[in-house]
Amino acid sequence: MTVLLVGLLAIYMAGIILPPCFPGRPRIQNLVAHGLATGAGLVGIVLGLAGLLVPEPWTVSAESTIPFLSFAIRLDPLASFFVLTISLVGLAASIFALGYVTEFYGRSSIAAMGSLFNGFLLSMTLVVMADNGFLFLIVWELMALLSYFLVVTEHEKAEVRYAGLFYLIMAHVGTAFIVLTFLIFFQEAGSFSFEAFRHPEQPLPEGMRTLAFLMALVGFGAKAGIVPLHVWLPYAHPAAPSHISALMSGVMIKTAIYALLRVYFDFLGGQFPWWWGFVVLLVGTTSALLGVMYALMENDLKRLLAFSSVENVGIILLGIGAGMIFQSYGLKEFAALGLLAGLYHTINHAMFKGLLFMGAGSLLYAAHTRNMEEYGGLLRRMPWTGLFFLVGAVSISALPLANGFVSEWLVFQTLFLSLKLPALFLKLMLPIAAALLALTGVLALVCFAKAFGMSFLALPRSSHARHAKEVPIAMRIGMGFLAVWCVGLGLAPMIVVPLLNRITGPLTGVSISDKVLALDGWALAPVNVQFSSISPPMLAAMLIACGLLGLFLAFMFGGRLVTRSHKTWGCGINLSSRTEYTATGFVQPIKRVFSTIYQPTVKLETEFLEESRYFAKRRRFEFHIEPVFQKYLYDPLVDFFVGMADRLRILQAGSLHLYLAYIFVTLVVLLLFAV
Amino acid sequence: MMLQAITLVVAQAIVLLAISPFLVGLIRKVKARFQCRRGAGVFQPYADLAKLFRKQPVISTTTSWIFTATPYILFASTLSAGLLVPTFISQTPMNFAGNIIALVYLLALGTFFLILAGLDAGSAFGGMGSSREAIVASLTEPAMILSIFAIALTAGSTNLSTIVHKTALMEGIVTDPSPHLMALAALCIVALAETGRVPVDNPATHLELTMIHEAMVLEYSGRYLALVEWAAGLKLAVFLTLIANVFAPWGIATTLTPAAMGIGLVTYILKIAGLAMLIGTLECMFAKLRLFRVTDLLGVAFILALLGLVFFYILRG
Repeated sequence: MTVLLVGLLAIYMAGIILPPCFPGRPRIQNLVAHGLATGAGLVGIVLGLAGLLVPEPWTVSAESTIPFLSFAIRLDPLASFFVLTISLVGLAASIFALGYVTEFYGRSSIAAMGSLFNGFLLSMTLVVMADNGFLFLIVWELMALLSYFLVVTEHEKAEVRYAGLFYLIMAHVGTAFIVLTFLIFFQEAGSFSFEAFRHPEQPLPEGMRTLAFLMALVGFGAKAGIVPLHVWLPYAHPAAPSHISALMSGVMIKTAIYALLRVYFDFLGGQFPWWWGFVVLLVGTTSALLGVMYALMENDLKRLLAFSSVENVGIILLGIGAGMIFQSYGLKEFAALGLLAGLYHTINHAMFKGLLFMGAGSLLYAAHTRNMEEYGGLLRRMPWTGLFFLVGAVSISALPLANGFVSEWLVFQTLFLSLKLPALFLKLMLPIAAALLALTGVLALVCFAKAFGMSFLALPRSSHARHAKEVPIAMRIGMGFLAVWCVGLGLAPMIVVPLLNRITGPLTGVSISDKVLALDGWALAPVNVQFSSISPPMLAAMLIACGLLGLFLAFMFGGRLVTRSHKTWGCGINLSSRTEYTATGFVQPIKRVFSTIYQPTVKLETEFLEESRYFAKRRRFEFHIEPVFQKYLYDPLVDFFVGMADRLRILQAGSLHLYLAYIFVTLVVLLLFAV
Repeated sequence: MMLQAITLVVAQAIVLLAISPFLVGLIRKVKARFQCRRGAGVFQPYADLAKLFRKQPVISTTTSWIFTATPYILFASTLSAGLLVPTFISQTPMNFAGNIIALVYLLALGTFFLILAGLDAGSAFGGMGSSREAIVASLTEPAMILSIFAIALTAGSTNLSTIVHKTALMEGIVTDPSPHLMALAALCIVALAETGRVPVDNPATHLELTMIHEAMVLEYSGRYLALVEWAAGLKLAVFLTLIANVFAPWGIATTLTPAAMGIGLVTYILKIAGLAMLIGTLECMFAKLRLFRVTDLLGVAFILALLGLVFFYILRG
């Protein structure tokens, strides 16, 4: 373990230091930075797996001269699982970056990008391994700052700078709350060591515990992107280069999930009233539903994916929230099931969101735009990217045979088990959450049918798309790697569940591996086979058999017929990109049905020919969705603070004498107090 | 044991495949009768399928492999979903492979690819159909999950075979069937929407103002169209079986004796034929709703399912 850890740190450090040593040679910088990151990713995977499999948590620490800070590292199953997830996506992103950053040669500094990339990966890995509050905060800040620098890679664009600023502010608001959370624990623990947080000398008073719960939810929620703290995601994630977006959306926001589990189940010992779980459930449902609804309306592919991350964090929190509710009623097995579902979705989301962001990066690389309305017909031009993107889309839509299906199914089962709860209110609320999850799921399906359909199918919608070419091999390998994981995690829950059980076991105190798996692992059956079960391998076999039957029937009845190719009939006119359905048009019915949420404003201007009012010369159509949270929550807040600052400016008159007077007055007041 | 299981699965697949065109033909016949026409025979859809399989397919030059793969995926996912539902025997061997959520998501897999195929040909009709299918699917799903849950509560299971088996043996039946009835009403509305029947969609029209499913599959021909049509028939059969066996499992074979299975098969065919005739009658009584009025209908389904849930908990105390 020590060797692995030191190796991991050393490779990342080399990845940070070495790239700037080759000034003016972007190719070598690229190879060194991302080659080393690839190696570190491999080491990280081994380290994560090792940490999951060893029976006891593995710790190492070094004291420092700074009070309260010690460089303590602890690899328990929870931390190891996140190390594994980060390393998997990190590995894929590194390979992808080898091809992708060639786009930036001569435009941005590859050395800086490469160093920051390694630093970012290192800081994320350290966040989940840190066993000291101070160390945690340092690497947490480092993670935020390094990702900020990566977000503003293309800082010559005004919108990128704005996105960066937005991100930085939200990240620090979050950190402020996290500091407060840790200070609450510090009060009773007397130390910043996580071990002391876990076993304080005196138990925290009830009020303080509640405060810690809320502070942590806001602080880490800001990073996870829960509604209404999600507003930075659709700015920051699209602005970053795509391999960075994949890391930010795929794994960085998951560090917040890690921290929430750490605080609620580890520091607070899994002892809490039912309404904590209900709050988390409520936050999860809202985030899931609103996230996917906003995602649906986006035509910017990367913004769409960022909103969809909000949705998936919501689904993860649904599992965790339901788990917390069961935990508070002492139904530990169901609690473990909820956590297991949440964690399963965590790794699944990391895989398919990483994959989809890389897919979006490949489209950007090939077609030089993020606007879906300018793609089209790319499946013929970029068959591999298309196939991988399709795998990602099927996975994220929770369709059978991919990984999203299994984890969402587990979340559904957890919610259905609410019938064992004693409180009528919760008995009704959890099934409603399940119904809303079903709505979320099907809207996600529509959203990704739109994303894939508009980008890859039918005719090219612009000359960019017409001239697009398949991306370099490194990028395809990066995507292919994650695509394989998407399918693998979906077909082999019998391997994944026992591993996840090693995490939920210590957190809830019960092992449920043998209760979730039935029939020698061939079926997932929470509680028992009579209540509910699925068998992904069997479903796969069934689907393949039925598909082959379809093929057989076609050839048995029809024989070997040559198909004829002909262009689509366009009602007498030639088919072009203008006759196709647009991305905006595709979701118009949904926009209309859910107009209460979207509050759309539509503007249609028509300029007529002078001769006749029956012929339009030009039409201009505009539509906007009300950014509700920005308008009613953030803008008033910003106005308030700017207003306050304006008022306070009277104090800052610019006269040195005045400032000296302030100092004098302060001194007198302090002396008065002292007396 | 293994051999028996495989035989039963194959038998179920054959029954479903064989009966689905008959259901479509039956509905058409009933409608024709109500419209004072003689109409084609109930076995006409079989002839249609046979003819379509032999016709040369025309594939649009703008399409990709998604377009040709979709009919097979749709056929496979719908038939797989059908294998999860008990038809004439209450305990299907595939019970462990997937519960009712898996069924919903298997059908969603077909919908997903059908939406893509609709977009692939590049004409406005396909896109229009896909877009409409998307909204209808979004609104049916929550109602479906809630009604399923209301049923699952009574039977204490989400596995279809277990639900049907328990209901057939009259286990766990409450004295007041109102939660069940509400869930039944909700599921009926869902079934009409999912299978594209009046008042949500009209399978008999090719008018661009109204069509949903037909618009998506407009570019299909030959064997591809045959598979798509067959899959549509299968989906209808799956939903009718679901309703018939979950709410009225009487006559279904609870043991594997030949006599029981024979009775099971006969009653099964009678039950779903009855339901198909009911759909035919309904289609003659109601007009198709405007797309944006469908929201209200599916909202009613959602509320009914929710009420079923509330009633269950209140009645059980």
